[in-house]
Amino acid sequence: MAIEQDEIEKIAELARIRIAPDQIGQLTRRITDILGMVDQLQAVDTQGVEPMANPLDAVQRLRADEVTEENRREAYQAIAPAVENGLYLVPRVVE
Amino acid sequence: MQWETVIGLEVHLQLATRSKIFSGSATTFGAEPNTQASAVDLAMPGMLPVLNAKAVRYAVMFGLGIGAEIGHRSVFDRKNYFYPDLPKGYQISQFEAPIVGRGVFEIQLEDGSARNIGITRAHLEEDAGKSLHEDFHGQTGIDLNRAGTPLLEIVSEPDLRNAAEAVAYLKALHSLVTYLGISDGNMAEGSMRCDINISLRPMGSETLGTRAEIKNVNSFRFVEKAIRHEIERQSEILEDGGRIVQETRLYDADLDETRPMRSKEVANDYRYFPEPDLLPVVIDDAYIAAIRAELPELPTQKRHRFIEQYGLGSYDANVLADSRELADYFEAVVSACGDAKIAANWVQVELLGQLNRGELALGDCPVSAPALGGLIARILDNSISGKIAKQVFEAMWQGEGSADEIIEARGLKQVSDSGALEAMVDQVIAANAGQVEQYLAADEDRRKKLVGFFVGQVMKLSKGQANPQMVNQLLAKKLV
Repeated sequence: MAIEQDEIEKIAELARIRIAPDQIGQLTRRITDILGMVDQLQAVDTQGVEPMANPLDAVQRLRADEVTEENRREAYQAIAPAVENGLYLVPRVVE
Repeated sequence: MQWETVIGLEVHLQLATRSKIFSGSATTFGAEPNTQASAVDLAMPGMLPVLNAKAVRYAVMFGLGIGAEIGHRSVFDRKNYFYPDLPKGYQISQFEAPIVGRGVFEIQLEDGSARNIGITRAHLEEDAGKSLHEDFHGQTGIDLNRAGTPLLEIVSEPDLRNAAEAVAYLKALHSLVTYLGISDGNMAEGSMRCDINISLRPMGSETLGTRAEIKNVNSFRFVEKAIRHEIERQSEILEDGGRIVQETRLYDADLDETRPMRSKEVANDYRYFPEPDLLPVVIDDAYIAAIRAELPELPTQKRHRFIEQYGLGSYDANVLADSRELADYFEAVVSACGDAKIAANWVQVELLGQLNRGELALGDCPVSAPALGGLIARILDNSISGKIAKQVFEAMWQGEGSADEIIEARGLKQVSDSGALEAMVDQVIAANAGQVEQYLAADEDRRKKLVGFFVGQVMKLSKGQANPQMVNQLLAKKLV
């Protein structure tokens, strides 16, 4: 399966990765190679094989519903670039 | 053309756990910003999620409440998108293997009829934080207290056909989850938020039309208004020969309209993949059986029991079974007075009326169920009339004591002394010679109407305390 250049651009956009225009061609070829390998895997007959959600042969352990965390806002916010009134400030996300 | 509306709802239900779904932070509403956001919630490097047992239990309770299959092996996935109130850059959710599978439950419509609505699935996920866009010198403020709060997303089949059904569905859902005690159901605090999928198709058509999704509507009233608005918008486009664009819209309550969200706000490719930080959750039959054994009587069961056991109409049963507290209150009144129909009437009209006027919750009600039962018992044994009982109830509401104490203190006991009543009847007859003449000249049918005047006069004279049956008998004897 080949991947088109505009798909690479879309995925980069969704993942918030900036790709230099002169690298897109090369990246497209390399990802196409990887997809070729995936195609090979897809061809394997998996009839009757349970889909694997995790390679470990274990199940999730649960914790009791108890509050174990204290308020450590000051420590966390000491390393934040900008805070005000207890809020983290980020560049405006709506116009 | 006649259009049929097709609606499916996705409800995000906040589960009433003390701590978050993947961390030990508190979930208390209204705390100071970011005081309930731990390293896990902030997505600090190296932090790992640990699943809250209560969230799993609540999801299973919901599944059993709608008769759904419970996923014996359920898997968490990452839903990827970027927004500042989602520090990890993904939301942990469930995609391929949700904890609750297909189920069904009954909703009650205004006309008293019932309909079954399919539930496609329900899955566990974490909530995001909150973005505050005002007043930060052109920046956005982020509060992550809500990040990681456990949500159950409940997805309905496209079985709903109009705004009223959608609201009935939400009310039934609200009733079910508060009965189960898995959510506080507080809509104002965002405990139940709703996305509406809505499309139109020509009446009789089997294929679905193109839908619009209206995001994040948080009250029954707004759901109703948003749907009405959207039906109008879509039918206008279709009538003009246009096509509906599949898109996400926002309902603006101030303008009462829906408008498209900006494309930037919509990430329509979430690139789900299994969450490597969590193992599959395995739920065995013994666990499910233990939860099933502890389930309370649910709204639908209670409604049916009220109809059968107490002979209530479906409307009354519906109102009284709406919340567990109200149903318990009603049954306590019945057991105190012994008459379910009068109890149903008093609870719905007088009690709920007073609560609504005072904007009180049942928990704040100053009149206990046994006390109200005691009042109704005095109507039933003819100590007081229904009309006087309303006065007594008012006094009970003001904290003046029990029904018996108030009746005694105010001398409200019904006059059933035939001597005293006879004197009053005589007085009324003597004072109203003209009406007596009219009455005597009238035929049988008209007399029945005219006698009401005399009864009314006697009641007035007795300040409402005369026993009406006895007054009627005396009048029949005297007006000849």
